Amino acid sequence: MALDKQQLEEMYRRMCRIRYFEEAVIEIHSSGELIGPAHPYIGEEAVAVGACAALEDTDRIAGNHRSHGHPIAKGGDVKGAMAEILGKTGGFCKGKGGSMHLADFSIGILGESGIVASSVPIATGAALASKLGKQGFVSLVFFGDGASNQGACHESMNMAALWDLPVIFMCENNGYAITTSYKNSVSVDHVSDRASAYGMPGVLVDGQDAIAVWEATNEAVRRARAGEGPTLIEAMTYRYEDHSLGLDRIIKSNYREESEVEEARTRDPLPIHRKAMISHGFATEAECDDIEAAVHIEIEEAVEFARNSPFPEPGDLFDDMWATPV
Amino acid sequence: MAIKTYVQAITEATVEEMERDPAVFTMGEDLRKSVYGATAGLVERFGEDRVIDTPLSENGFFGAALGASLCGMRPIVETVTSFLWVGMDQLISQGSKMRYMFGGQAELPVTFRIRMFYARGAAAHHSDRNYPTFMNTPGLKVICPSNAYDAKGLMKTAVRDNDVCMIFEDGIAISSRMEIPDNADLPGGELLVPFGVANTLQTGSDVTIVGVAGGVQHALDAAKVLAAEGISAEVIDPRTLVPLDTETILKSVAKTGRLVVVDPAHKSCSAASEIAAIVAQEGFWDLQAPIQVVASEQVNVPYSPALEPLIYPTPDKVLAAVRLVLD
Repeated sequence: MALDKQQLEEMYRRMCRIRYFEEAVIEIHSSGELIGPAHPYIGEEAVAVGACAALEDTDRIAGNHRSHGHPIAKGGDVKGAMAEILGKTGGFCKGKGGSMHLADFSIGILGESGIVASSVPIATGAALASKLGKQGFVSLVFFGDGASNQGACHESMNMAALWDLPVIFMCENNGYAITTSYKNSVSVDHVSDRASAYGMPGVLVDGQDAIAVWEATNEAVRRARAGEGPTLIEAMTYRYEDHSLGLDRIIKSNYREESEVEEARTRDPLPIHRKAMISHGFATEAECDDIEAAVHIEIEEAVEFARNSPFPEPGDLFDDMWATPV
Repeated sequence: MAIKTYVQAITEATVEEMERDPAVFTMGEDLRKSVYGATAGLVERFGEDRVIDTPLSENGFFGAALGASLCGMRPIVETVTSFLWVGMDQLISQGSKMRYMFGGQAELPVTFRIRMFYARGAAAHHSDRNYPTFMNTPGLKVICPSNAYDAKGLMKTAVRDNDVCMIFEDGIAISSRMEIPDNADLPGGELLVPFGVANTLQTGSDVTIVGVAGGVQHALDAAKVLAAEGISAEVIDPRTLVPLDTETILKSVAKTGRLVVVDPAHKSCSAASEIAAIVAQEGFWDLQAPIQVVASEQVNVPYSPALEPLIYPTPDKVLAAVRLVLD
């Protein structure tokens, strides 16, 4: 199986969507319009987009605090995402969740999470439901190198391998857990090395190359659907921005060299994918330009939509607590 | 009509719900060999896919149950009060919050069956009565059956509920037995006890005694002694703490003017202190004496049999509290 022109272009469209979305969030944040924290995904777009390109709409994903890229990659509506970040009723979660809790169950987005690694058991359980109910979907969870040290991660990987669950553990290794570097927090060279301890394949992949991520995920999806169990994929990536918007103390702490950031920026996933499409004859420069221009408009419209969407009323406060009313 | 133990009632509820709905399955530690008694015979009847022995990974499998519930399954998880602490991240950060955070998209039909052992020399790590912790966490339903009938009826309601339900199976009540009607004799053909409806076990006019979980039996024992003395006690079992039937309690206090609450949990921020606070706030003008709380002392559970019995509520402590409010 190989990607066709339409799929490759859609991947580029979604990577642009994430990039421009995040740029808009940064702008809105700096203007004071966004009050809560937000964690830009800029630099890591190829991971979410490459992974989700291998999934069907019925497949499930779950994510973490760096939370905007995953749902957009899965096909989430940018209007709903932006309105949620502004705390508006037009948001995915009617303004109840905000940036770190984007979710759209209608297309398999089981939710981002503010507690590092806490989505890993959830995705594992979704895979258990798929297996027990013979539902045929796979679940994929995004987590970072920092999360890989949480017990929830280890417990989930053990259960998933033990029970041959159709789950893909997608580690986005961006080198830092806030300011703590990978080498100061992980005991092995690669998170994917740990896969053998659970008896599942561990795959190391270039997370700046969406096609490479797609290839690795595609094989993991094949295995999962065939009942062969989970796969741990480690995508090597880098976040170009700081951990979180508005955390000046972190930015001033100089936990990484500017030269390192500049070096990482030379491997920007957007131009890498654009060049790959053009050099292999899948798209022209003009077609890529058109995609970029159209996405810019989409994001402008999303910001407009979010700004115009009403805030919740005080009377909405107690809604959504119970599925079976008390 | 047959006499059943509390544990048999739970097994019956599990079997009936698993037979009724193929989405119901059960998971936990040592279920297949039924170490805690309530899962005996399940694996032979329903197979290993629906009776899952988990690794010792409470945080992991609590979360897996929650994740499975988001995708059409209805897990029943068996665990023990003290192991709730191990799985708190998933229980609280995900279980209690996902639905609200996601604007009502999530349904989380998970029933946690939580064995609550205490007063049997198991020391501090295995004697937790921690249901009040979960009353303080919005988003969880907290259920404390005090007898076999309620254990069955509340559990069946919990399995059909679409929110996270935590059933605390009181270690004092666990060996109790009582008559449970056959399904054929019940309207609708099955035993379902609704949430948020307190059970008035005996009516009275001099004092209201509210018992929680194992505290209900102490209240009834005390009421028997009081009756012999000509004192009429009304005994109420709220049965569910979230939702809590405050109306039945307030109406009773309006009648008796006196309230004693019996709760095996530690006294600070207990179910009893919450009930006392509600009555103080909403029923103050009906009170003829200060409310008395009979709960466990605010100390860790000691091992020695010379010390452990000192900390829990007893019928004698309930009697002393009643005498105080009647004084």
